[in-house]
Amino acid sequence: MAAVGKNLNPGAEARAKKGWLRASQWLILRRLSQLTVLALFLVGPVAEWWIAKADQAVIVGERTAATRQDKGGTARAHQDSASAHKAVSTAAEDWWIVKGNMASSLTLGVLPLTDPYVLAQQIAAGHWPLTTALVGAGIVLVFYLLVGGRVYCSWVCPINMVTDAADWLRSKLGIKGGARFSRATRYWLLGATFLVAVVTGTIAWELVNPVTMVFRGLIFGMGLAWGVVGMIFLLDLFVSKRAWCGHLCPMGAFYSLLGAVSLLRVSAANRAKCDDCMDCFAVCPEQQVIKPALKGATKGLGPVILSGNCTNCGRCIDVCARDVFQFDIRSTNPPTPRVTQKREVLP
Amino acid sequence: MAEQQQGKGMNPARRQFLTDTLRTACGVGLVALGLGLYSRNTRALPAEAIRPPGALAEEGFLGACIRCGLCVRDCPYDTLKLAKPGAPVALGTPYFTARDIPCEMCPEIPCVKACPTGALDPKLEKIEDSRMGLAVVIDQESCIAFQGLRCEVCFNVCPIRNKAITLEFRHNERTMKHAIFIPIVHSNACTGCGKCEKSCILEEAAIKVLPMHLAKGMLGRHYRLGWEEKREAGGALVTPDLPHQYNLPDGMRYEHGGRGLIQSPAPSGEVPSEPALEAIPRRGGGL
Repeated sequence: MAAVGKNLNPGAEARAKKGWLRASQWLILRRLSQLTVLALFLVGPVAEWWIAKADQAVIVGERTAATRQDKGGTARAHQDSASAHKAVSTAAEDWWIVKGNMASSLTLGVLPLTDPYVLAQQIAAGHWPLTTALVGAGIVLVFYLLVGGRVYCSWVCPINMVTDAADWLRSKLGIKGGARFSRATRYWLLGATFLVAVVTGTIAWELVNPVTMVFRGLIFGMGLAWGVVGMIFLLDLFVSKRAWCGHLCPMGAFYSLLGAVSLLRVSAANRAKCDDCMDCFAVCPEQQVIKPALKGATKGLGPVILSGNCTNCGRCIDVCARDVFQFDIRSTNPPTPRVTQKREVLP
Repeated sequence: MAEQQQGKGMNPARRQFLTDTLRTACGVGLVALGLGLYSRNTRALPAEAIRPPGALAEEGFLGACIRCGLCVRDCPYDTLKLAKPGAPVALGTPYFTARDIPCEMCPEIPCVKACPTGALDPKLEKIEDSRMGLAVVIDQESCIAFQGLRCEVCFNVCPIRNKAITLEFRHNERTMKHAIFIPIVHSNACTGCGKCEKSCILEEAAIKVLPMHLAKGMLGRHYRLGWEEKREAGGALVTPDLPHQYNLPDGMRYEHGGRGLIQSPAPSGEVPSEPALEAIPRRGGGL
């Protein structure tokens, strides 16, 4: 009973004991990271829009002046406005930090980054990409293999803020139950996206992928993508807890596969100090990953969370009043004799 | 009863697992089917949406473009845009609408250079070689040039002036004393940049850039134009024509000058065909 009461406000004890900042530090850093990534992509377009707006009067002036001239004026006017436009682009050029979007980008004109999942779909569709995209995907793969596959989900993906908000509201409103999906659904969907790519020869999932749709929308113009954001919010709020990121998203599934072998992990290093307050379970978006590490001592399981589904969000580290959790390296997990920790089935 | 069923292999956990797996598989299968069907629909690119220079054919393009928008960013004229949700173009892919902002045909082709995947073919080196579409004078009824009025705006704005669009002079049957200047598009030079469509003076453009497959007809593959073949080969490819040979009764001959079949023997100076006729070996009675 006490545990349930506490879980309505998980982290209260940690905040009281460690102070608000230390009990929220990873959450704050995560939000900063998500917004910074978005901001880096937005600096260029916003600067261009700003400069273009300032120069609009000049362009219009030139155009009207030129059209007033006699024959041949039309062509010249077009040329003038075009060159003025080009000048605006050149002026804004200095402001571009990152071009493109999460599917593929170019940072400071030199660093190519490409989403390996989207690129894998392209290859499945039967098109071998250019070296630029392959190098970009390689860099991204190495990065996530070091810091944890689903760091993409919790530290970069903009949808995470939507689903976290939905989950927060869901617990505030005390909404329970709803549709039940298997957490493995995402892997089935991941397979399906590749299958459809192979069969149709097109990158079909990108026609509907809400993750890339929203990120692209924020940078290139949303259109009806707001509707998709709303649908995911409502799905997570009413239909099922953590439905999108925790059960369905094939992109998350792809990064889970990387996470299953990635270096940086969360570890319940001080699990002996756990007092079963359940705060970590209450805040964890992938609750099934905690138990083997936290409670597996008697079964000979190490304290490092090995499941690729763990997003390395660090929220469990925040809310634990006893500092049970910390970031650690996969190899620090003592070898586990017979029992493997790979399979934790929890719907 | 329950124990009996379990004894028969009705393990409830196993049953649950199978049911759940099937449930997921069916759900995901439905999604995949819907996705596949939808992706087939999106291949029908609307005629007014034009792909950037060097874009692969639509089917290949949808398998190669990862919707990153780098081409859009490097387009200096804001010509290109990414399809937003709800647009009739495959989500997130780049296109432009010629009537809004046509392609300015940058000689350095920055959009193609920006493409990381090759959806815009890097083999395109000269922008004049690009074939984004083909301009078609689609409505001769409203094009004022066909009414005998001087316009020629499309001819004048064309970046490949006097090659992609030429003017053909025709007699004005209405006034009986003026000429009509008709714009003619040539597919061997037109890149489909859309500047003609953009600058067409009509309320709705009479000249429009269409996708190649809509704009072009095609002769049957077996079809050959005799004069073209003759020119390429430097001579006739079929057996040269021999003078027609008649199987006429003795003393008769055919006069091509207009007299036709005549009876009198050929005049002494007018027998050039006879030796040739004799040179051909006869089989049986006839030729």
